[in-house]
Amino acid sequence: MWLRFLWRRLVQLIPVLIGVSFIVFLTMHLTPGDPVEHMLGQAGRVTQEQVEELRAYYGLDRPFAVQYWMFLSHAATGNLGISYSHHGRPVASIIGGRFPATLELTLFAFLLALLLALPAGVIASLRPQGTFDRIATVKALIGISLPGFWLGIVLMIVFGLRLHWLPISGRIALGMAPDQITGLHGIDALLTGNGPALRSALQHLLLPGLVLAAPMAAMVMRMLRSSMIGVLQQDYVQFARAKGLPETTVVGKHALRNALIPTVNIVALQTGLLLSGNMIIETVFQYPGLGKLAVDAIGAADYPLVQAVVLIYAVSYVLLNLGADIVQVALDPTVRPG
Amino acid sequence: MLQVLADDQLVATSSATPPGMLRVLSRNRMAMAAALVIAGFLVMAALAPALAPHDPNQQHPEAIRLPPAWERGGAEAFLLGTDSLGRDLLSRIIYGARVSIMLGVAVVLLTLVVGTALGMLAGYFGGPLDAVASRLVDVLLAFPFLIFALAIMAATGPNLGALVLALAFKGWVDFYRVVRGDVLSARGAAYVIAARGLGASTPHILFREILPNVVPPIIVVATLRMATIIIAEASLSFLGIGVPPSIPAWGTMVSDGRADIAAAWWIATFPGLAILLLVLSVNLFGEGLRDALDPRMSL
Repeated sequence: MWLRFLWRRLVQLIPVLIGVSFIVFLTMHLTPGDPVEHMLGQAGRVTQEQVEELRAYYGLDRPFAVQYWMFLSHAATGNLGISYSHHGRPVASIIGGRFPATLELTLFAFLLALLLALPAGVIASLRPQGTFDRIATVKALIGISLPGFWLGIVLMIVFGLRLHWLPISGRIALGMAPDQITGLHGIDALLTGNGPALRSALQHLLLPGLVLAAPMAAMVMRMLRSSMIGVLQQDYVQFARAKGLPETTVVGKHALRNALIPTVNIVALQTGLLLSGNMIIETVFQYPGLGKLAVDAIGAADYPLVQAVVLIYAVSYVLLNLGADIVQVALDPTVRPG
Repeated sequence: MLQVLADDQLVATSSATPPGMLRVLSRNRMAMAAALVIAGFLVMAALAPALAPHDPNQQHPEAIRLPPAWERGGAEAFLLGTDSLGRDLLSRIIYGARVSIMLGVAVVLLTLVVGTALGMLAGYFGGPLDAVASRLVDVLLAFPFLIFALAIMAATGPNLGALVLALAFKGWVDFYRVVRGDVLSARGAAYVIAARGLGASTPHILFREILPNVVPPIIVVATLRMATIIIAEASLSFLGIGVPPSIPAWGTMVSDGRADIAAAWWIATFPGLAILLLVLSVNLFGEGLRDALDPRMSL
């Protein structure tokens, strides 16, 4: 039953991914800037033959459908093409180099958001309209309404420039990167027992992580709060109380488990938004990850790189939603996989 | 059957009609305060030439990076200070309201019309149209919106028409989903079956019977979308690929101030505060509307 459910969901992903890749490819194709002109712009005098040769090398002289097919069939084997702007490096290797940075930031923001949202949502639901609930609700609404790029700048001014508590850009202090194992500086530092590197990595993650986490923390907190309020009024919760179970068991075990079911969906959706948030936040904090790579690649008309990054974002997004569905089915015995 | 019953009851309650919504809303103090702030921004945008103390693009070479009036070195003439070109921040913020509100309204209207039309057709007729539209929605939902907007804007350069399209690209999906769901359940509702039995034409049923009942949720979605669009527009302008630089826009102003945060904190800070205040008010008002429409929907 589980296998069939997984299989069906995976098959459903295929048309979605083909659609996404087609839209991306089409958009990139319609953009007026010719990448070869971009590349040769700095090269000085070039002959028409050299231009044609380069266009042929990148397959730009083929018809649109052929180019798209080449892109798809290569992508399926992990070959994402050759970057126009990074001295002809393969796109896959550029992305591989940046991916750990974004993964680390996203994971950090994800954990931070849940760490803020889960306790706040539960506590707020215990006394709706109480002091804690009111403060948390207002904070959540502000969290949703804050433009991330501005919050980043304000935090940089306060904690970086005024108080000098935290660095305002980059991933780790110069020359402090730990030996590479996973590529995630924080985890590598932990594994190698490198205390100063761990400290530096966390200091660099804190501000961008917080800005990235703010809207997610707000949305998750609100969802959990409202579903907890609903669940706490249910008969079976009253019954658990009447049985004389301690309140912590009633709230933590009976109520929370059911309140988490709708929350999982919001968590997945918001994690997807963390991915787009990356682009802005990494640009603000000059954080060397995929988001900044995408923004830079668009500026340089580097089609293969943009296509590949968008595709990676879309795949992660779709897989996240699949993951959420699986967790939901696992949590909720009334929903059967099928 | 249960679904149909629930929807009929929803339609029957007083708050699910626009006047009923307003009555409940008027008792929500936070939402009313938010409405006042929004009205203030609207007045500011409409009367910008009369309210702004200076021309927003005029450079004052004698007053570059002047701090706000209450800080040491500030001047009465430039209440919120000036930027690195000596332009008055207050005047630029007042004018900046225009492009934020205009783009927000334009994008929301466009996505509302497209999403509602498609949602009604897909919900009412079902079949291949519904299948195609719903697949398209799946694809769009899997799409990181911002990167697509970035790609379009990078290709066309900062210009308002492309900006509206880039922002509208995915926004209609929210309207589509709400409307399709509501129409789908209305299709079997007693009042629609009755209208059909009386010989009403399909356009009559769609526009005169069903549409009025999906107006309240559409208003709620439109308000909450507005908040998202304002932030998205400001984000693109911040990256330098949104509103053209000749038009004062809040996102552009924050970006202008980014290089100066060490020497002149106010340049990036105040325009961002304007965004926060407007978006917060729109969100508060939208949630008030949603609570008034149906308290069960509230988060």
